[in-house]
Amino acid sequence: MAAPAKAKTPQVSDTPAIQITNMNKWFGQFHVLRDINLTVYKGERIVICGPSGSGKSTLIRCINRLEEHQKGDIYVDGIALTSDLKKIDEVRREVGMVFQHFNLFPHLTVLENLTLAPIWVRKMPKKDAEAAAMKYLERVKIPEQALKYPGQLSGGQQQRVAIARSLCMNPKIMLFDEPTSALDPEMIKEVLEVMVDLAESGMTMLCVTHEMGFARQVANRVIFMDMGQIVEQNAPEEFFSNPKSERTKLFLSQILH
Amino acid sequence: MANSSNTLAYVRNEEAPLLPPPPSMAGVQGWILANLFPSVGQGIVSIVAGAILLWVGWGILDWAIFSAVWTGENREACVGEGAGACWPFAQSRFAQWIYGFYPIDQRWRVNICFILGAAALVPMLMPSMPYKKWNAIFLLLVYPLITLILLTGGNFSISAAGFLNAFVILALFAVFLPLMAFGIEEGIHYNRIGLGLAGLGVLAWFASFAIGSSDWYTSWGNFAPGAVAAAIFIGAGGALGIAQLRGSGAGAAVLRSWLIGAGILLGLMLILKIDFGLQTVETSQWGGLLVTLVVAVTGIVASLPLGILLALGRRSKMPIVKTFSVMFIELWRGVPLITVLFMASVMLPLFLPEGVNFDKLLRALIGVALFSSAYMAEVIRGGLQAIPRGQYEAAQALGLPYWRVMSLIVLPQALKIVIPGIVNSFISLFKDTSLVSIIGLFDLLKIAQTTSNDAKWASPQTAPTAYFTAALIFWIFCFGMSRYSIFMERQLETGHRR
Repeated sequence: MAAPAKAKTPQVSDTPAIQITNMNKWFGQFHVLRDINLTVYKGERIVICGPSGSGKSTLIRCINRLEEHQKGDIYVDGIALTSDLKKIDEVRREVGMVFQHFNLFPHLTVLENLTLAPIWVRKMPKKDAEAAAMKYLERVKIPEQALKYPGQLSGGQQQRVAIARSLCMNPKIMLFDEPTSALDPEMIKEVLEVMVDLAESGMTMLCVTHEMGFARQVANRVIFMDMGQIVEQNAPEEFFSNPKSERTKLFLSQILH
Repeated sequence: MANSSNTLAYVRNEEAPLLPPPPSMAGVQGWILANLFPSVGQGIVSIVAGAILLWVGWGILDWAIFSAVWTGENREACVGEGAGACWPFAQSRFAQWIYGFYPIDQRWRVNICFILGAAALVPMLMPSMPYKKWNAIFLLLVYPLITLILLTGGNFSISAAGFLNAFVILALFAVFLPLMAFGIEEGIHYNRIGLGLAGLGVLAWFASFAIGSSDWYTSWGNFAPGAVAAAIFIGAGGALGIAQLRGSGAGAAVLRSWLIGAGILLGLMLILKIDFGLQTVETSQWGGLLVTLVVAVTGIVASLPLGILLALGRRSKMPIVKTFSVMFIELWRGVPLITVLFMASVMLPLFLPEGVNFDKLLRALIGVALFSSAYMAEVIRGGLQAIPRGQYEAAQALGLPYWRVMSLIVLPQALKIVIPGIVNSFISLFKDTSLVSIIGLFDLLKIAQTTSNDAKWASPQTAPTAYFTAALIFWIFCFGMSRYSIFMERQLETGHRR
């Protein structure tokens, strides 16, 4: 059910990067994800939207096992996610994640934030890790901040550092959990520019976001979630111009003015 | 410009000037006015408090310096009317307050320990000094060994039984090496035979207790059969464990750490056995500041890592680890330190097999270290709770395993937050060392008290002088720790540094 790729953006391959089948998750008694089925192909860029509490963040957090699912299967890059810690670490090495509140390490400089995982997880020599980190800092356009601490940067700069930090691990898949929700309007743009650039380079991306302009520009598929279920998914033009379900129509009427 | 807010449309044409602050915010006069006399009521409080401070301060200065007796040979000098501190007494007994009953001709050994410790500690505490790693290795591994040999005289009688003990402990570790290298499930699968053998060995060991030969072994070549069986079985299990490690990177890394550990342990035992020709000084002869420092430093150095482990254990998701940590912490926190010391000195020997008797000071050291580590654990847990979940998640999402998440991300931040609490524990531990006097160890306070009963110096000012000096020494150490902690807090502040 791969959606047709857009002309301008890189081609989507037909090998799956993530396969989720009949996945269910509970928080105590609360059934937070219900019967999720989702296949993400390599190079695909998916935007997930929905009202708060609909389970969209929980869904992408299950993909790198920050949350544990109780029923069903998740395969990431061919690796089954179970309670096996080694498999989990393998998946996490291949999946980058960007958080709403950046979660940079405040006691380390920007450069140390970026080189930490390559040095300790990939066992990269410090010099190589630093060279790679500078390359990614240039890509997110803040190489001059390398020696500062996160607390000295603006929100937009911090989020770009967070993106660069994930990229330093050379991930195959990137997860974005509302990356612009905590930012001032002036800073949203600089972060979105970086994300568009990343999408155009062919990265497989799953973004939980309400930036519908971003969805229109780069997504090949938009997924709408409500009450822990995938309610509707479609290519962005169809999704925005011709939503099928009543719940989607209501949601879109409230966020698109 | 003043009317600007009253009109609807307004455009600023010229920049508002940057002015100096009003005089009430600047200069000595401004400070006094703003902080001491901001209102009539606070002005009165300032005057009264200042007067009390002056009165008490003058009293102490008068007693300790202006009215004090500075020269004299015996009590005659200090019994005069209105005499202050009896400093000649302090001078004559000062060496004893520092060294206790340590033989006078051997005091150079204590001095070397003091000087070496200070020389290694000062560069360690200065952030700008290089070679921190080697400095730390010296302080934590080499220095304790040097101190132990110098202070006791070395030449410990480590029997064959001791070496057999070490062998069994190392072999037991080796049995579990595959679990560390390959994860618990795979590790158990690889070394199931070794684990089985080691289990038999432990059973044989317990059996030898049950049969009645509670001592493992008596002398060379005369080992209890249970001990021999345990050593053989556990040794075989360990050998199998090591054999499983071949041909894998993770295995080689684990094996290397084990070899380093084994080398250090056996090296330590051999070095401690060497006769350096030093006169043996029993710990019962130690005393004064020496004992205070030995107990305090051991407690401080041991309580921090133990406290960290216990705090992590208490927050662990593994029920057994968590239960053990909670029980340990609550047990030690629920008991007064005096009780712990009494238990260590009076009751512990009742539980130990006959003939096994270890040093009173050592028992106090262990008691103090475990006691303070329980407190430390709770302080550190407070810091761990202050770290937002996002920090754990970001570190995990990068693929860092548990111990790396903790050691690289969580603990550096958590420990920084609780520096005031940690130093508070250190200071309180330092002062609590004076409780070891209750089990007959002569720490600084106890020896100051004892020496002030000397008939040669009996005067109304003898005891106050002794206590004052002891208090001053305690205060210097504690105040130093406090100032250093404030310095470190500033050093580690990254959020607002521009």
